[in-house]
Amino acid sequence: MIKLILRQLFFVITTFFGVTLITFYLQTLAPNTGEEQQYSEYIARVFQGDLGVSSSTRTPVSEEFLAHLPASVELVVLASTLALFIGLPLGIVSAINHRKPTDLIINYTSLTAYSMPIFWWGIILIMFFSLNLGVTPVAGRLSFLFDIEPVTGFILIDTFISKEPYHMDAFKDAIHHLTLPVLVLATMPTAIIARMARQTMLETLANDYMLTAQAKGLSKFKIYWVHGLRNALIPFTNMLVLQISTLMTGAMLTEYLFSLPGIGKWILDALEKSDFQSLQGGILITTTLVIFINAIIEMLQTWLNPKRLKRTRIYNG
Amino acid sequence: MGNQQKVFINPHLPQTRVSNWVLFRHDTFATIGLIILLLIFMLALLNPIIAGNPNLQDATAQLIPPSWNEDGTPDHLLGTDMLGRDMFGRILSGASLTIGTSVIVVMLALILGIPLGVFAATSASMVQLLIMRTMDILLAIPSLVLSIIVVAILGPGLMNAGIAVTLVLLPNFVRLTRSYILEELNKPYVTAARLDGASPSRIIFKIISPNVAAPLIIHTTISLSTAIVDIAALGFLGLGAQAPLPEWGSMLSEARTSMYVAPWAVTTPGLAIFITVLSINLVGDGLNTAINSKSRN
Repeated sequence: MIKLILRQLFFVITTFFGVTLITFYLQTLAPNTGEEQQYSEYIARVFQGDLGVSSSTRTPVSEEFLAHLPASVELVVLASTLALFIGLPLGIVSAINHRKPTDLIINYTSLTAYSMPIFWWGIILIMFFSLNLGVTPVAGRLSFLFDIEPVTGFILIDTFISKEPYHMDAFKDAIHHLTLPVLVLATMPTAIIARMARQTMLETLANDYMLTAQAKGLSKFKIYWVHGLRNALIPFTNMLVLQISTLMTGAMLTEYLFSLPGIGKWILDALEKSDFQSLQGGILITTTLVIFINAIIEMLQTWLNPKRLKRTRIYNG
Repeated sequence: MGNQQKVFINPHLPQTRVSNWVLFRHDTFATIGLIILLLIFMLALLNPIIAGNPNLQDATAQLIPPSWNEDGTPDHLLGTDMLGRDMFGRILSGASLTIGTSVIVVMLALILGIPLGVFAATSASMVQLLIMRTMDILLAIPSLVLSIIVVAILGPGLMNAGIAVTLVLLPNFVRLTRSYILEELNKPYVTAARLDGASPSRIIFKIISPNVAAPLIIHTTISLSTAIVDIAALGFLGLGAQAPLPEWGSMLSEARTSMYVAPWAVTTPGLAIFITVLSINLVGDGLNTAINSKSRN
């Protein structure tokens, strides 16, 4: 276990420094900031939490990041929860009915959803729901009519706890604004989760102990949902980790499409304005977060399933 | 003697490739996907001959809806955009741009990735560590962020978007090649070959490679659909192909401003991406089922 933690630590540190090399280079691209900076100075500043000052807004990059983080977290958490709650049961039902019509329908629907370019799918939904039916707003987080003081930065929480008399209307309005982005972002992960759940469940169902469970006369429910699902969850979560990058890319495109003030929109704006300070800071923090999340999940998984230790030793060097 | 020989030689056992093809052909959806894909590829290849100038503007024919609409004309099958450019012609030209770039990108990732993967699987541990850590760093950066870094350094453009997507695809090719080779190296048939005195290069290129090829082909197919979506996404964000170029993603972003008056100019390029990606994924899915269902039996 200690060896595992050390290895993960080594991985996190080398990857972090690799990324700082890239972001340091990005910073040097900024039109002359007055002083030449050395890599060592850059690293020292990064460790003090100083990521420089945005050249377009003149506020510290770390503050900018924190201001944009909640919108992204809100979007990603809602979308991935939705995806998990729809995708997982769909995949399992599909696997249980292997090669039956239900399986075919679920499998090919998810393949279709998976093939949809998210930016196009978003535009189609905007055209249909916002322009034709007029049921959802086109962009933003909240109507300009409401003046809600940001406390947590999460619009759903802020409108809910606000003391203003119209705060429940604002809350409903926030939900209205979030519905379409969440749906757009959740589509592809739902399809991916359904397909991964189907695949891992099929592999699990092919094991001998499933036959044993059947021979023991266990109920169908127990066989599939207790024995099957439990054993399928391990390979499933392994595959899920690989999708973090897909989710982040999807979130960035969704934020761009709906003008949501999240990290993705912020980074894209920084690139457009050639604000290299914000760009390097945003990239550094985002990537570091992803590395940390990956490392923590990796350790958790190995802790839950020590068999992995043996395997990773062989394949992951 | 004659009887004994029959034990070893089964004349009816089809070759792997043949039996894979048989399994694939029985998959209706995969076959449909393959046919559509071949058609799209043919259009993309023939495009320089059949399509006219995609940037030709006709001031008298602006914002014409598709021909099945009552206001449409047969001259413009998919209508025209704000500048009076024929959408059908632009989508055809876009096929060579978007798909052509993606094919080149996947080829590049393949050509660079496989040797790196083989190298990482067989060389000394320090070299291995260096290659794999570099790949891990590339893999740790979310794909769009990696593309943004490349565009920030090299500037926007279709070629730079291609470089960005190559970098996005590369680590997975290296990792997969390496892990498949390492997995196979532990198997008895490789030990047998080694005991027979096969050289390391013979083991990799003659003995292991047929078994590693199948999963890599599946991965290449999936990568092609990723490449198309990523290139189009970069075009859509204004980081890839620039405005007058009829790349599908940048067409979408150009038409987005006229979404209210000309919805068809938004839907058709997206539909083109969607149909292409869907047919590639159908083929990939069919290949996956064909190859995996056999190894399971």
